[in-house]
Amino acid sequence: MRDWFKQGTPWIWLNAGAVALSLVMVIGLVGHIAFNGLQHFWPRDLVAFEYSEPDRDPVQVLGEVDRTESLTGRAAAERGFRLETEDELVTRHRIKRGNRDVTDRDFVWYLEQHMGAWHYPEDAVRLERRQWGDFYGFLDEVRVDGEVVAEGEAAWDRFEELFAENRPRIQEIGRIERIEIGNVNAELEEVRLAQRRLAADETITQEARTEREAALQIQRDELEEQYAELEDRRNELLERIARYQVVLSTIEGHEVTHGMGDIVKPSRPNQMSVVDKSIFYVGEFWDFVSGYPREANTEGGILPAIFGTVLMTLIMAVFVTPFGVLAAIYLSEYAKQGPLVRMIRISVNNLAGVPSIVFGVFGLGFFVYLLGGAIDELFFAERLPAPTLGKGAVLWASLTLALLTLPVVIVSTEEGLSRIPGSIRHGSLALGATKAEMLWRTVLPLATPAMITGLILAVARAAGEVAPLMLVGVVKLAPQLPIDGNFPFIHVDRSFMHLGFHIYDVGFQSPNVEAGRPLVYATALILVMVIIVLNLTAVAIRNRLREKYRAESD
Amino acid sequence: MPTAEQRRRLRKWRAVKDWASKGTIATFGIAVIGTLVLMFVYLFSETVPIFGSASMEPVTGYEAPGGGNTVHTAMERYREVAVRFTEEAEAIFFDPNDGSIINREALERTEGSQVTSYATGEARSRLIGYGLDDGRAIFARHDYDITYPGGQRTITPRISYVADTPEPLEVFAADEYRLDAIGVQRGRRGTAVVGANNERQQLRIVLFEEDEDFLTGAVTVERKVHEVPWPGDDVEVTQILMDTTMRNLFVGGDDGRLHYYDIAQMNNPRLIASERAIDQQAAEDAGEQATVTALDFLLGAQSLISGGSDGSVAQWFLTQGDDGSRRLTRIREFDGHEAPVTSIGPEHARKGFATAAADGTVKLHYATSHRTLAHVDLGDDIAIDSVSLAPRHDGLMIVGEDGTFRYLDVDNPHPEVSFSALWQKVMYEGRNNPDYVWQSSSATQEFEPKFSMVPLTIGTLKGAFYAMLFAIPVAVLAAIYSAYFMSSRMRTLTKPTIEIMEALPTVILGFLAGLWAAPFFERNLPAVFSILILLPLAFVAMAWIWSRWVPSSWRQRIPGGWEAAILVPVVLLVGWFAVTMSPYIELALFDGDMRQWLTEQGINYDQRNALVVGMAMGFAVIPTIYSISEDAIFNVPKHLTQGALACGATAWQAMATVVLLTASPGIFSAVMIGFGRAVGETMIVLMATGNSPVTNFNIFEGMRTLSANIAVEMPEAAVGGTHFRLLFFAALFLFLLTFVLNTLAEIVRHRLRRKYSSL
Repeated sequence: MRDWFKQGTPWIWLNAGAVALSLVMVIGLVGHIAFNGLQHFWPRDLVAFEYSEPDRDPVQVLGEVDRTESLTGRAAAERGFRLETEDELVTRHRIKRGNRDVTDRDFVWYLEQHMGAWHYPEDAVRLERRQWGDFYGFLDEVRVDGEVVAEGEAAWDRFEELFAENRPRIQEIGRIERIEIGNVNAELEEVRLAQRRLAADETITQEARTEREAALQIQRDELEEQYAELEDRRNELLERIARYQVVLSTIEGHEVTHGMGDIVKPSRPNQMSVVDKSIFYVGEFWDFVSGYPREANTEGGILPAIFGTVLMTLIMAVFVTPFGVLAAIYLSEYAKQGPLVRMIRISVNNLAGVPSIVFGVFGLGFFVYLLGGAIDELFFAERLPAPTLGKGAVLWASLTLALLTLPVVIVSTEEGLSRIPGSIRHGSLALGATKAEMLWRTVLPLATPAMITGLILAVARAAGEVAPLMLVGVVKLAPQLPIDGNFPFIHVDRSFMHLGFHIYDVGFQSPNVEAGRPLVYATALILVMVIIVLNLTAVAIRNRLREKYRAESD
Repeated sequence: MPTAEQRRRLRKWRAVKDWASKGTIATFGIAVIGTLVLMFVYLFSETVPIFGSASMEPVTGYEAPGGGNTVHTAMERYREVAVRFTEEAEAIFFDPNDGSIINREALERTEGSQVTSYATGEARSRLIGYGLDDGRAIFARHDYDITYPGGQRTITPRISYVADTPEPLEVFAADEYRLDAIGVQRGRRGTAVVGANNERQQLRIVLFEEDEDFLTGAVTVERKVHEVPWPGDDVEVTQILMDTTMRNLFVGGDDGRLHYYDIAQMNNPRLIASERAIDQQAAEDAGEQATVTALDFLLGAQSLISGGSDGSVAQWFLTQGDDGSRRLTRIREFDGHEAPVTSIGPEHARKGFATAAADGTVKLHYATSHRTLAHVDLGDDIAIDSVSLAPRHDGLMIVGEDGTFRYLDVDNPHPEVSFSALWQKVMYEGRNNPDYVWQSSSATQEFEPKFSMVPLTIGTLKGAFYAMLFAIPVAVLAAIYSAYFMSSRMRTLTKPTIEIMEALPTVILGFLAGLWAAPFFERNLPAVFSILILLPLAFVAMAWIWSRWVPSSWRQRIPGGWEAAILVPVVLLVGWFAVTMSPYIELALFDGDMRQWLTEQGINYDQRNALVVGMAMGFAVIPTIYSISEDAIFNVPKHLTQGALACGATAWQAMATVVLLTASPGIFSAVMIGFGRAVGETMIVLMATGNSPVTNFNIFEGMRTLSANIAVEMPEAAVGGTHFRLLFFAALFLFLLTFVLNTLAEIVRHRLRRKYSSL
């Protein structure tokens, strides 16, 4: 035994254990996110039971089983459960019972020992709503203009029919509100600014001024008319939808009436087959990726966040790629070993090591307040005191992250350049090329994959970075996407939403953390997947490159 | 074939292009240094003003506008209008820049009466009171109406009366005792005037209690009179101050003492304590009577500033002893004057004040930071009578005994910062003991900002410490194994996994730590600790089983270097076992609930604590430490180990004695870089702790780190303010810390590479 220890076998195993632990942690973590993120969209069966705690009136409960755990009796008693004995383990289930508008809490823990038999009512209905989260209950009747048109069994089919009929109208309203009114507003804003510019302009004559003023006023009136028209159209649609109503009841017997406009997606999970559920699942997932957030971001989709993340990283790539690549070329092709190169290398290392929040502080102070403020004074004076670029904006976020990811691009490109055999350079120079021609014509094309690797890694890093963005332009809810149909189409001065910040915001800043949690997992899953795919691609490209040059230099 | 001329031009053009591209590329290369330098310079330039001091510049001087003796001066916030109140109870509004009179208004008083005393309320309340010799008091306020006719700012000053009537208020009117000292205040309960007559030794509070009918909104005023016991037989009252809550009354006497009354129940005012404000002995040695010559509230009416005839300046406020008794405590002594302090001018929005003395000196002080920021000597010939600060603390008005006015510009942007305010325990208003506190903002205006960097620094170190405690063993051991013992096929699987681990966004780690791990740890606390203990034991046990018990035919099927893969199920098994056993351990050892048990042992438990942060942040820095130390170990020249093996060492012995020793500088630099990362990590700490700035190393409590603090407070900090610059200071601190760590690590690694190549 002592010899065995002396030889060191157990220590080797201990070291191996550290690797095993790391592997388990990484894979477990990614698996945990994947499992929780994916299961959220699966329509779970609605369970109903009677819950009777000692000394309290029994209650009826309908909902989805959200989580199950066992704990000691004492711990349960401390959490407010009534128990006969505290000396044993008890199991509790968390039920998502929804109906935030009629009940106080939508997530409630129930002890298994007080539950009656579980059953799954066939006609239980789950409504995804625009407000108040999900509804769980039963459909009683369908009304049109206040008249009951269907009740009981027939009600569901009629409801689905009417819902399908009204869907285009709801979408139309969404389009009017989001796009058309937005466009008119943007044009109105332009006219308003033109008026302010005119008022501040002292060079033009009185006649010209009156003339221009009149023209602008006419333009303004026209736009306001358009605006009113749109509003009328929307109101008309709203009225038409309001004619259709459903009356539902919760399992406790509360009656709830909903207009068709309140409902996002109705379903009866207990009647769905696995195929139905799969179709539903895919639809839900698509809605999540392509939809707009609702209810303080705890429901709905994450399209603006995806959009913002992508745009921000793209703009960042435009800045960081030339800078990083040229700096890397300087380091590996031009610079002579000496104190200057040592300093550049130390700078690169330090840029990589400086905490990201420091970049955020720098970005806020230097880009937003200093540069942005100066640009506002020079070019957007008519909008002051409302800042244009003197506040958080996509542009500043991109620039800040470009600084942050600079070392990634430099290191990766430099590595690629150093792997290109010297014979290629010598051959090129021997044929009479200047150094610049040698670089641009032979070396750089060969190093392209390395640059792409660096860029991919930089994008992956930027996509996951949140702390600096919180200071330079990320918001919890951006009213407008940074790209739209109004000139100049890409609005780099707008603030934007970001996947990573969305996770932080919904998970930690929202009023109803429990309701938002599945969404956070789903968002996290998408972010993690994007980053893993980007990284693995980069790794694959790099490995292929290494193999290739290993073969060539042999 | 181009002609010679064309070829020459082409060559020239090519040379130009070559030269241009070289220039461009070199510019970008050097711009990398430029970026880093720019960051440093910018952060530094935003930080440095907080360490600057204040200045006072005399602008102009003039004879008293309107003549007569001045008792009090004040300015409005734009410094366009100033006011002086004369001994004859007249308000004269004038332009502070040239002394030209704008408006004058005599306060109403009874015919033939003489002013005998005066008082002011808290500086920003703009209240003034006069005591008259017929036992009546005037109580008025100077107001400024700001209008913008034609976009131009116009300020119209006026006088309004506090108790709704311009009639003087009756204090000792029935007996016609003169008011030798007066104190005025307006609070939620209404308006109060406190008067004292030294001859009859009478001290009286007259409260005009306002009662608003909540239906009609009509206000009824009731006059209530409360007699207050005289502070001492041979005392003459010189100063009276009542705070805005109308619960505490402070009286300064000519005996150099401060008398504190509890008047929470006004019909039963009690003298609680009399404290010596002035060092009597020193004054007696000088053959003088030491008296309190100036006394005023700081912003918020919690702190008193006293000035003595010996030139001393001190801050006082009420503290509560261990037995619950309240007493007036001398908190700190400021750098005083040579001559008697004649006047105190508190700031309107901060805890600063100016003091002036009879020898013509003026000093600017700040209470919390215990600093005396600026000092100006106007010369002996102007014995200063009164000093007052502009509402935005950017101007100072001085009145000399001879009636002349001096007007000064003040530049005092960051008085809150001093070494003691940032790094030492500070006695804050309303607290009973000095403490380290970070609390930068609050809802009320009277709030005293508390800028101690200690809790944040401790929090940063605490988080990094627990993270390193978890990360170093795992990362270094894993690096040793992968660099030396692992089979190359296993390496191709491990490497990308670790790279993904490095690439995982910290916001994901933070979210899992805060929303999943924190509640999980809370429920399964025994599981966490049993995993930490069981895992290493299980690894060694597995090694024993594998080498002694498993038949060699099995063993040979799996080649060496795959131990880690064999241990993966062991990790899972131990994890599952520990979680399953957790409730039973709680039942057996901790009365069924470990968290509760901890609380009963006197250990605070927060759900989001350093344990959770340590694990999550450890997870984030493991790949950093791992890849650098693996690199260092892997690159140890092979002939060293071969030598050791040839001498009969086992693989492990060669590793432990030769390789580790050679690679230790590399591992050290890996740890430094990892530490740098843990110190600056923001999102994990932000999400996995409660962000409460506590000053301890308790693993079960949270913390607030410098970086998380920046993320939380930066968006709300006023641009250019002290708080804003302090956050820049925190960023600069992080920048420099990581700069030092990274540069050191880089130098160590550079030397190591040279050593390897020479070996």
